[in-house]
Amino acid sequence: MKLPTLREIGTEAKLLLIGIPVFIWTMVPIYHMFLFAISPKEDAFSGKLWPTHPTLNNFNIVFHQQHYFLRDFWIQFLNSVVIALSAGALTLMIATAAAFSISRLRVPGGRWVMNLALFTYFIPAAFLAVPMYRTMGNYGLLNNHWSLILAMVTIASPYAIWVLKQASDKLPVELDEAATMDGATTLQLFRLVYVPLMMPSLVAIGTYAILLAWNEYLYAFLLLSKDTEITLPVALGNFLAADDSPWELLMTTGFIYALPPAAIYYAFKRYMVGGLTAGAVKS
Amino acid sequence: MAITLSGDHATPGPPLSARLTTPQVWGIVLLAPYILVFLAFVVYPVGYGLWLARHPASYVALWHDPIFARAAVNTLIFLLVGINIKMAIALFLSGFFAQQRTWIKWLSVLFILPWAVPSIPTILSVRFMFNPEWGVVNQLIFKFTGEDGPNWLNDPTVALSMAIGVHIWKSLPFWTLILMTGRLAISHDLYEAAEVDGASWWQKFRFITWPSMQTLYITCTLLSMIWTLGDFNSVYLLTGGGPADLTHVLATLGIRYLRLDQLSLAMASIVCALPFVLPLVYFMMKRLSR
Repeated sequence: MKLPTLREIGTEAKLLLIGIPVFIWTMVPIYHMFLFAISPKEDAFSGKLWPTHPTLNNFNIVFHQQHYFLRDFWIQFLNSVVIALSAGALTLMIATAAAFSISRLRVPGGRWVMNLALFTYFIPAAFLAVPMYRTMGNYGLLNNHWSLILAMVTIASPYAIWVLKQASDKLPVELDEAATMDGATTLQLFRLVYVPLMMPSLVAIGTYAILLAWNEYLYAFLLLSKDTEITLPVALGNFLAADDSPWELLMTTGFIYALPPAAIYYAFKRYMVGGLTAGAVKS
Repeated sequence: MAITLSGDHATPGPPLSARLTTPQVWGIVLLAPYILVFLAFVVYPVGYGLWLARHPASYVALWHDPIFARAAVNTLIFLLVGINIKMAIALFLSGFFAQQRTWIKWLSVLFILPWAVPSIPTILSVRFMFNPEWGVVNQLIFKFTGEDGPNWLNDPTVALSMAIGVHIWKSLPFWTLILMTGRLAISHDLYEAAEVDGASWWQKFRFITWPSMQTLYITCTLLSMIWTLGDFNSVYLLTGGGPADLTHVLATLGIRYLRLDQLSLAMASIVCALPFVLPLVYFMMKRLSR
């Protein structure tokens, strides 16, 4: 084996000098959360970097809803799941139909709609939150899951349509022509040619919308307020209402809440990186 | 709606149904759901919001509200200082992560975590780390120096800096990833040629990397600025706008007015930001719809 030269060692050392701070910076808040989740109450508040008696008891308390703040944990978890999946499915349906219509059928005015959608994409979501809150009130949807689902669909669709349109513009026109020659109707074209070919982008967009809805805090806390209606992030925020919050339980719940999106992200990383980052900024 | 948008309805001719082909009818049908969503949840709320913000009195009230002025300054600091620091670090790290090493590949998998996990639990985790009495930071300061650490989040400057830090922590991986794709697209031959010519690290960056990445970098910076205007979580969950409402940004201020039932002020504060946001949005749209 060839010994590394002094210069190679120097380069490696420089890289480590960047890599180690990056590692610490990234992991500290997450490790701190994990540490709280496995610490009994007295260890959590003692400032130790590893608990003397690591325990899974906190998870036990959360799963059995054995605390005032956690009495609706499972229903809130379910709310989060239902809202994220519904928003994902609806976004996917609306955006796929719109992208097919704009890109493949070249519907008159499609370009206009695309530009309007892009415009919405760039408006910061927090700016739309206040009027959205009033609008949902006017529609009588406040404290109803539909309000959050529809708000998430509104926010997720523009980007979804844009990415799907970019992807479907790349499919050759001859494909549509050949299918039409063979007597395919527009709907058959959509179902049998378009959707199968678009699968990777559809997976990416579905995942994007699900994660967006699962992670949303601002709209969720504005639009939903009953303890049995709210989603997990709102429940986490509600912990702060009391001065003597059980932080070890808050961190445990937060840890459980953070696991599914992290798992989904890593499972679909292949699609996410290809489908989303390439589309996010076109230089 | 799509028909009126097409702009050709003004020309008189045969009835609409006769002029549209079957695929076009399907096109309108398939586009209709999004247009309905757009009308019901974008056009109507925006119109309603602007209508609520129509009174000049609201703007006078805003002008006299010191919290509004403070929030505007905070937002500017957040955008001009925070985003530029973030993007500079992202540019630097994109070079680091482009290195071909197994351990760097593994580190990049971990590095994405802040972006992959929801922000609420991690922000609350940071918040508790800096709790003056029970947080791990002050406990460690006490252990090593025997003195009480500062009351971090009670100082508006420190609290705002920490909110910016949390924002950077959360979105740095995303922008690093984007800039890395830009960097990997640069031809390797250029660097090899520069190597042969004995170019320094800085010269390689200055004459090869930066010229090919500057458009992407500036686009990313502008985009990040627009989006950061809507970053509600970093400030609200870390400081709640406190102490004494001194760390609000525009995104949290609107919600604060809403909670105080001053809806017209909430909308007016957002309308005040539009002259700065809309040109940026227009610029970005031009760039992306090319």
